[in-house]
Amino acid sequence: MIAIPEITKLALRSLLRNKTRSILTMIGIIIGVSAVILLVSIGQGLQNYLLSTFESLGSNLITVLPGKVGQGGFAASSPNFAGTKLTEKDVNDISKLGGSVETAGGGIQYPTTVSSGGKNKYGTVVGVDATYLRIRDLTVSKGRTINDADSRVSRNVAIIGTSIVKDVFNGADPIGKKVTIGGQKFEVIGILNQIGSGGFGIDVNSYTIIPLTSAQKVFGLHGVQVIASKAVDKEGIPLAINQIKHLLSKRLKDDEFSVVDNGSLVQTINQVLGALTLALGGIAAISLLVGGVGIMNIMLVSVTERTREIGLRKAVGAKPSDILYQFLIEAVVLSLGGGMIGVAIGALGAWGLSHFIQTSVSLWSVGLAFGVSAAIGIVFGVAPAARASKLNPIEALKYE
Amino acid sequence: MGALITLSNVKKSYKLGDDILIEALRGISLKINQGEFVAIIGPSGSGKSTLMHIIGILDKPTSGEVDLDGKNIAKLSEEKLATLRNKYIGFVFQAFNLLPKTSALENVELPLIYSSVRADERKNRAEKALAEVGLSDRMDHTPNQLSGGQQQRVAIARALVTKPSLILADEPTGNLDSKASHEIIELLKTLNRNGNTIVLVTHEQEIAQVAKRIVEIKDGQVLTDKKNKQK
Repeated sequence: MIAIPEITKLALRSLLRNKTRSILTMIGIIIGVSAVILLVSIGQGLQNYLLSTFESLGSNLITVLPGKVGQGGFAASSPNFAGTKLTEKDVNDISKLGGSVETAGGGIQYPTTVSSGGKNKYGTVVGVDATYLRIRDLTVSKGRTINDADSRVSRNVAIIGTSIVKDVFNGADPIGKKVTIGGQKFEVIGILNQIGSGGFGIDVNSYTIIPLTSAQKVFGLHGVQVIASKAVDKEGIPLAINQIKHLLSKRLKDDEFSVVDNGSLVQTINQVLGALTLALGGIAAISLLVGGVGIMNIMLVSVTERTREIGLRKAVGAKPSDILYQFLIEAVVLSLGGGMIGVAIGALGAWGLSHFIQTSVSLWSVGLAFGVSAAIGIVFGVAPAARASKLNPIEALKYE
Repeated sequence: MGALITLSNVKKSYKLGDDILIEALRGISLKINQGEFVAIIGPSGSGKSTLMHIIGILDKPTSGEVDLDGKNIAKLSEEKLATLRNKYIGFVFQAFNLLPKTSALENVELPLIYSSVRADERKNRAEKALAEVGLSDRMDHTPNQLSGGQQQRVAIARALVTKPSLILADEPTGNLDSKASHEIIELLKTLNRNGNTIVLVTHEQEIAQVAKRIVEIKDGQVLTDKKNKQK
């Protein structure tokens, strides 16, 4: 057999002699690969977005919620905030547990309207103690945060998210101004650090945070709805969960509380979105397969059409293996070329979409697309190439 | 001059369908020496094309022996036969068989690619072969930019470029007008004078007369094999 670079040159020259056909053949692969890249980048983007949102909730976070909260992926059930049996005493007890539990804070949340100067914004008002804020990594970019004293004496103070600043105060400095929550006036003392972008019911930027005791009075609520607890470290999370469960089950029934951690939540999200990404990629891969069949089709036509050429090549000394490799390389160049253009178009599309939704072109999807398109070239190129290499030179030379 | 190719009692039969056996060659013995100019002549259906394929080792006989430069080709693989064809035989076909959309130079380089000659040397030798057939000024032309006679000369240059032991021309003038035919025949004569062994397969007596030896084939057998007295 002659050297691969020489055969590759022969293959490239053949493809260039039929430019239009070569490009049309590549289009199948181009569409397939760009679809894989684009859809996987959307799935990955969604996954990254949700993970970063959950990570922004705080590290080593353990959350106690009222009612039974399922964590079985699609079968998840919502917490029963209205019928909460959790109390400040539970918060206090958990924070004193020691062991793997570092601390705990309590909070309630109440969806309502926040208004000032005739402007309204519907959002979540969260009543918390200072520890809750620390655990959830909720910090202020301006002004001061809520401290223990604010909660102890039920001060009417509030820190507000950037969306509230924008929509209620038209972006002006709100510190020192008053907002009305549930008919009572609260003094704005700080602005929350902006976190991520909105969605999925955890849009911190439209939070209005007030002291827990003030919230209980305004909304006429008792106890707490959420307990945020922190484990000493990542490894301590399962132990801390057990400690908290053990403590609460002394007083509460099994279905009156749930203890969940970010990790298991993140794991569930990962599983669901991983499956989604795989499904999207799989659907796109079908079009890649169709592109491969297109290559085989064209290569078979090409072998028939070039029968005389193959006969001539054999007569002047081409070995069957030379012919086999030439046609195989032609197929691989078509599919790999299509793959490269497809990756470029897919990445460009993902970049274009990134202005609207988060996308992420991962290296593995690019690598996979290349690998798969090369494999397609080989798999779908072998049959036509084998047919070409086996042509009888006499018959081939006679072929009209 | 030693024997270049020797056929001893070569038979070749084909199956047509399930039970029709065509005996194309029925025991042909033939020896071609280096430097000869042999015409193989016969009507269509005489078996001369099959004989040409055997001489050009494009095909193997059903029985009998074929020795090329002292090597029996009967047991050689397809790959090995391709190497021998490349080394020993230069083909010239009736239909020229040039690669379309490919320059004359690249067409002539083709056999050298398959014998792994380096690119610069390939170009050098192809240029020389094209000069030998008088086409130095047409090297960059593609087949559709050349006349029939010029295309056949490119094909002859392609046959020459490997310096083969044998140039095998199958009806080389079959697609040409009489002027171009004459030029091609003259070119073949010149090549023979310069030491090339030439086997010319044709059905035209007139064309065959340029050869020094005429082998007449009929019904798959050698009818006559004699020196051309006109020469």
